[in-house]
Amino acid sequence: MPFESVKSLIKENLPDAFIEVEDMTGTQDHLAITVYSDQFKGKMLIEQHQVLMDILKEKLKQEIHAVKLKTLTIEKAREKGLID
Amino acid sequence: MNKNPFNIINSDAPSVKGEAVTERDADKSLEITLRIKNLISSSDIFLFMKGVPEAPMCGFSANVIGILQQMNVPFKTFNILEDYDLRDAIKAYSNWPTYPQLYFRQKLIGGNDIVTELYESGELEELFKS
Repeated sequence: MPFESVKSLIKENLPDAFIEVEDMTGTQDHLAITVYSDQFKGKMLIEQHQVLMDILKEKLKQEIHAVKLKTLTIEKAREKGLID
Repeated sequence: MNKNPFNIINSDAPSVKGEAVTERDADKSLEITLRIKNLISSSDIFLFMKGVPEAPMCGFSANVIGILQQMNVPFKTFNILEDYDLRDAIKAYSNWPTYPQLYFRQKLIGGNDIVTELYESGELEELFKS
């Protein structure tokens, strides 16, 4: 199951992260990935996405064709009521 | 042309050459970096895109152009489909794998997803006014 390996890879790099992975096409290679982590604090949105793209770099060369990213700090995610 | 809403890693990335970088190669790469810097310095708001504002060649580029025109801000663009050297070099320069790429004061703001998100939240307008 590629989802689990994507999740654990992100978790290894961002231990505090809340992670959701969604299959957008039913083919398991176009993923919508949502990550909340305080590692994103003080970073511009592009820098937050770059953190994730770097983590997923090897996977993007192989089993994953494309990703749609959504990133927030844990603080922001709480503010928006997305997590408790 | 790329119509789906994802960050696609291009499979046509140049392969690593097994030879040492010659002085000539180094000169060329310096020249290309200078060209990139000159381009993104030519306007506070600068967009690397596929096609031109009047005729974007990709839905994502069209969307970002639409946002900039909606905001009524001055901007300049460069059509990366016309220069393959630059097209690959910019990806390395910005550490970002796709186009379009929007810059503000020489800093990469993002591609279509990020620009759309920042526009909808009002942060893009705030940034441009800063």
